[in-house]
Amino acid sequence: MSTDNPGPDAAKWYELFSRGARDWLRHDEKVRESVRQHLPQIVAGGDVMNGGARTVRVPVRMLEHYHFRLRRPEESQGAGQGKAKPGDVFSDPSKQRGPGEKGPGGHDEGEVQLLLEFKVDDIVDWLWEEMQLPNLKARVGPSEETDYVREGWDRRGARSRLDRRRSFKELVKRRGAPGATPTFTDEDLRFRQLARRKQPAIHAVVFFLLDVSGSMSDRDRKLAKTFFFWVVQGLRREYRSLETVFVAHTTEAWEFTESEFFQVSGTGGTVTSTGLAKVREIIDERYNPNRCNIYLFYASDGDNSVSDATDAREQLTSLCTDACYTGYVEVSSGLSRQLATETGRLFAELASTGCAAGSYALNDFEDVWGAVRHFFTAENRALEGS
Amino acid sequence: MSSDASEDWKSYIQRIEELAGRSGLSFHPVDFEAVPDTFMMEIAVYGLPVRMPHWSFGVRYIYQLIQRHMGHSRLFEVVFPGNPGHAYLASSNGLAENILVTAHVLGHADFSRNNLLFRRCQEQVSEHIVEHAASHARQIQQAIETYGMQRVETVLDAALALEQHIDVDRPLRRPRYPEYEAEAKALVDDAFRKRFASLDPTAAPTGLEVRKRAPVPPHPERDLLWFVANYAPEMESWERDIFLAVREESFYFYPVFATQIMNEGWASYWHARLLREADFVPQQAYLDAIKCHSDVVRPIAADQQVALSINPYHLGFSMWEKIVEAEGIDAARNIMQQDDDFGFIRNHLTRDLADELGLFRFTARSDGQVKVLEHDLTGLHEALLSSKYNFGAPTVSATHVRSDGTLELTHDNAIDGRGLDLERSRRVLDYVQRVWRRPVVLTTVNQAGSTLELTAP
Repeated sequence: MSTDNPGPDAAKWYELFSRGARDWLRHDEKVRESVRQHLPQIVAGGDVMNGGARTVRVPVRMLEHYHFRLRRPEESQGAGQGKAKPGDVFSDPSKQRGPGEKGPGGHDEGEVQLLLEFKVDDIVDWLWEEMQLPNLKARVGPSEETDYVREGWDRRGARSRLDRRRSFKELVKRRGAPGATPTFTDEDLRFRQLARRKQPAIHAVVFFLLDVSGSMSDRDRKLAKTFFFWVVQGLRREYRSLETVFVAHTTEAWEFTESEFFQVSGTGGTVTSTGLAKVREIIDERYNPNRCNIYLFYASDGDNSVSDATDAREQLTSLCTDACYTGYVEVSSGLSRQLATETGRLFAELASTGCAAGSYALNDFEDVWGAVRHFFTAENRALEGS
Repeated sequence: MSSDASEDWKSYIQRIEELAGRSGLSFHPVDFEAVPDTFMMEIAVYGLPVRMPHWSFGVRYIYQLIQRHMGHSRLFEVVFPGNPGHAYLASSNGLAENILVTAHVLGHADFSRNNLLFRRCQEQVSEHIVEHAASHARQIQQAIETYGMQRVETVLDAALALEQHIDVDRPLRRPRYPEYEAEAKALVDDAFRKRFASLDPTAAPTGLEVRKRAPVPPHPERDLLWFVANYAPEMESWERDIFLAVREESFYFYPVFATQIMNEGWASYWHARLLREADFVPQQAYLDAIKCHSDVVRPIAADQQVALSINPYHLGFSMWEKIVEAEGIDAARNIMQQDDDFGFIRNHLTRDLADELGLFRFTARSDGQVKVLEHDLTGLHEALLSSKYNFGAPTVSATHVRSDGTLELTHDNAIDGRGLDLERSRRVLDYVQRVWRRPVVLTTVNQAGSTLELTAP
């Protein structure tokens, strides 16, 4: 008694559409949402700067839809089948692989881990929204220039801007189902369009000055590195062309490339003024403070040698007049000394004279966001005041 | 597969149906449809061809994909009871497999038309569950468009978390509890009462008793879906509808769940028997089908020595063969009509058969050490059935609504033998509290056996 099915040509709805995939995507979305909510913790400790990748990979577990379940018993009863005599003792082969989740009456779902990939740009956007960080305001400016940016699609356009993926989608939409031999018509083609957009013409340079003296441990440097990374991301959000300069110092100072910078470790004492002098030198050589927004972030454990106090103050005061903002982050693995160090006092003094400067004591990876938030809100306030 | 094979198979359907009819099977007509494997997989995940969207199905879908990828499972058919019934066959089945599966489907169709539990369910849910589920899906899709994904998901999170918590002993469509406690029977003004009253004037009822409001719920309520839908203080009507839609589908799933061993066994018994009697099936297809049959009803322990689970097809099939052999087909039909797995196993899995099949009871420690227990038929029955009590869910009832609207749930740990998994229970309370919109409290016991109260929020 079978019914007559429609002819083979009539496409069935289930060939066009997978409910399983739809609900899976929703699950994926939920995972992303919850990752997003915990993003500050997740990314703060993560190795985000490997090889200059623009994505971060976060391992997550699948979400569980919870039901009332009995507590897992110490000993469960079951029924089996095969050649076994009462009193036989053996080990369950299915349990030897590891702690598989086998609830009472539940199905063995094992441990499936997903690796979600997030774009660093997206993360920065979310974080700025989430943490309500203000956008930076440029001190130099606000001159603008127009430029072309990609925006939207059209049916006409230059061949080089043909969007194949988009065009194929149109083909699928038109045909209803992807056939064996898809043929494009002109109708299907979609070209990326360009629009004129205003962009701030100004550019910015950020100096990252890192104390690599013997007292800075690996962990301290990693803390500084993580902090610097997110600062760069935040500034990049505002400036299309952002230059970065990396300077490390002990009793001497050197300029490094980004990749070398974070590998550097030195020995010996700390003379902050040498680092500041190096920054000064680079500014004078390459950047005109009137055309360029200069930011300086300095990370150190704060143990500057006492004899350097005068030199350091002098250098710093001179830099402050040229820089939009100067930030000091004190990294220390031990107890927080709350900026009661030589360098800490120096910056506090500077800020009290009305300079755009701020300090933050960074002791832990979870605190990186606190630091970022601190500087970005403080920076904004300082700029509005000026 | 080639479409030829499918056409070949279709030419057999009618002959198999006639043979089944002559053999005493009685079933509603069945619509057969060959569908791609991907769709078969989705039916397995959702339990229905079209069902409401929810992210948890997406998780099951991925597990199913992984399983299939590892070659663990292969689905030949899924059949839905109703009038007409709907049978979906994997289009990758060969001719022999399809012949076998067709006979198997008719066994299911006979079962679902005649088994009491199925009949009662279909009287209540209707004989068109496939269509109903599709209309629920549409209704929920519309709710998503109107109220947004977030709000609908909040309701579905709660409703689907409680999907096993229904009370099949009460009707699908239940009236609300009576608002007042039953009044004392109206007093009849008869001679006896007059005489009685005259004995002592103070003892006579005044007739002015105040009607007393009945407590809600008047008794511990196991049907949590129904209770929340009817008594949540501030639930909106579309939210109630979603709860009731989930509940209706649960009423449909219950007989499938509670008769699995019988039902699969019955269908396997009939596909084997019909195939033996089908002289119109070509020799080669017959041999292929027999091989397929023995794969389906093979004990899990066949290629290993010992298995810690039991293939319900194998167990059910073996039991039906024994019953028909010992008591005849009419007695077997009677059993099929009246029992569910509980009665079937307890009444008909005999010591001899259990020994013959090599069934045993074991305890498994959490470190994976397994110990085989002494033979004990009653114990074996209960070990086979333990995952089936109460729709496979812990016994949780709604016991009280406080004057501030707080819902009290109580877990009956005496029945279940131990307390609830606390972390999961907390999460479920979170789900429920969002639709109940007042605090929700759950009482259970902890590991040490002392009473414990969980609260949300």
